[in-house]
Amino acid sequence: MNQLIRMLLLVLVLGFALMYGASALNSSEGYSGDSTLTIYNWGDYIDPDLVSEFEKESGIKVIYQTFDSNEAMMTKIEQGGTTFDISVPSEYAISKMKEENLLLPIDHSKLPNLKYVNPRFMDLSFDPDNRYSIPYFWGTVGIIYNSDMLGGRTFKSWNDLWDPSLRNQILLVDGAREVIGFGLNSLHYSLNDTNEAHLQEAKAKLNRLTPNVKAIVGDEIKMLLANEEAAVGVVWSGDASEIMDANDKLDYVVPEEGSNLWFDNMVIPKTARNIEGAHKFINFMLDPKHAAQNAEYVGYSTPNEKAMDYLPEDISGDTRFYPDPELTSKLEVYKNLGKKMLSHYNELFLEFKMHRK
Amino acid sequence: MRPAAEAQAQGRTLPRSRNIYLVPYLLWMVLFVFAPILLIVYDSLFDVEGAFTFANYAHFFTPVYMKMTFSSFWYAFLITAFSLLVGYPAAYLLTKTKHKQLWLLLLILPSWINLLLKTYAFIGLFGTYGAANAILETIGIGRRQILFTDFSFVFVSVYIFIPFMILPVFNALEELNPSLIDASRDLGASPWTTFRRVIFPLTLNGVKSGCQAVFIPALSLFMITRLIAGSRIITLGTAIEQHFLVTQDWGMGATIAVFLIIAMAIIMVLTGTRSRLRR
Repeated sequence: MNQLIRMLLLVLVLGFALMYGASALNSSEGYSGDSTLTIYNWGDYIDPDLVSEFEKESGIKVIYQTFDSNEAMMTKIEQGGTTFDISVPSEYAISKMKEENLLLPIDHSKLPNLKYVNPRFMDLSFDPDNRYSIPYFWGTVGIIYNSDMLGGRTFKSWNDLWDPSLRNQILLVDGAREVIGFGLNSLHYSLNDTNEAHLQEAKAKLNRLTPNVKAIVGDEIKMLLANEEAAVGVVWSGDASEIMDANDKLDYVVPEEGSNLWFDNMVIPKTARNIEGAHKFINFMLDPKHAAQNAEYVGYSTPNEKAMDYLPEDISGDTRFYPDPELTSKLEVYKNLGKKMLSHYNELFLEFKMHRK
Repeated sequence: MRPAAEAQAQGRTLPRSRNIYLVPYLLWMVLFVFAPILLIVYDSLFDVEGAFTFANYAHFFTPVYMKMTFSSFWYAFLITAFSLLVGYPAAYLLTKTKHKQLWLLLLILPSWINLLLKTYAFIGLFGTYGAANAILETIGIGRRQILFTDFSFVFVSVYIFIPFMILPVFNALEELNPSLIDASRDLGASPWTTFRRVIFPLTLNGVKSGCQAVFIPALSLFMITRLIAGSRIITLGTAIEQHFLVTQDWGMGATIAVFLIIAMAIIMVLTGTRSRLRR
């Protein structure tokens, strides 16, 4: 018994010693209180050089963690175990987090570099006046295609997908808003349309697309298209740039009828401790030079207007990822249609999936 | 004394303090079996906006979900039927081999590998430029689409579920008294009659539990429907996943889950208790 107590004591003493040691180490390295900043971002979504540059410039230590879905990120922030100071959710997640009071308001007076952001990307329906979020990257939904496999054919319009010669050649991304959205777009309706007749018309049209659809898949779409499993895909521009890196026979186009415009924005979650540092970081990333460096590294489109000057011509002039104003005016951001409508969209999507060839 | 009566008599004579050992099991049952089911039923009574309603149940009986239910049952049936068709002879041959345990281990071994990994491997194998198509091409049939078809879906599901069919059938065959087969043969029955009248009826319990172990999870498959069938097959499991993760319509998701639980209970009753009653 005595031995047991001695063992327990030893374990406790060791535990405390280690705890003290860790905290001493942390403070000597600068990991304590106001001098750290915990960033919670998508995997491979920032230039690591910028993180070290920010650490050097501000004297703040950065702890960097990654997530792979908005849902997973929201759950972790809701639980509140870790003190995340910065996160980068997509627009629909932002409006959800806002509703659930998971975000802290952003003080624009602490962000002098905010003026460089293109006004086109500010004050959007998911976050009026950008009270809670600042644009980080943006992109579109479009068609990626392999001309080699299709005898040199190219794409311009959503309606090109209905061509009977494309039988069993199309992969779609598994997203109700994306698929119903391009169905509506192909009929020249808004992708936020809630008119029942329009929605039924779009679904009927999508049903006619079924013979051409090989599969509706998730993230695997990148691998399948790069491996030439199918010749055409409907994907997000971010995925498209990754696929094109893996297989340069593929090309991407934003269809002329218009499409979706999506955003990943920087926010300060309610778990934040170093709010001052979070503002410093956002301002740092808004600096045109840093934004340009980041866009070059990640390959997504930057919302920073001034940063375009620092980007090489072959990136900033690439109309596939920086569409011209005429097309841009046709791009729409997803509106938060409410849970009921979203549920309805999803059910239409399920019906489309169940439609047999 | 019959086993059940024996246990009962023992239970009566057990000292009270022994009951304390039941607490962990009871707690487990309440926390992880009854409470979740009650929560699902509770969740199913609310709509997207959180208002109390029975509309979800009415909604379940619309053509969309009826079609989905039908296709779930149809594919679960196909998967179970093929598992039995392949699994029964395999289990039978297994009992005849010399190193039974080794063969059994080899059959079960793949189920130690993560399900997702195995499914991903099939994407590679069945792809247009995969191994399966390379073989088809060398034997002169030529490339065809294997991935994202009904065939690939049933094939991969059978592959994944087959150990759960073989094991109970194998155990039932092992327990079979060989003298019964000898007797059947001595009395002049052909091998087929022996199988039909002696072996199969006596291993029926193994077949039933095998069918349960395959049919019930097959009803709620969801990941394979997307990865292997390219979302062209929609099961109730897929719909539940969508409602909980994408639409956040937990009420509808829970309602489908309630129907799945009811369906499974019915299947358990149909395939399970009858044999016990007969005894």
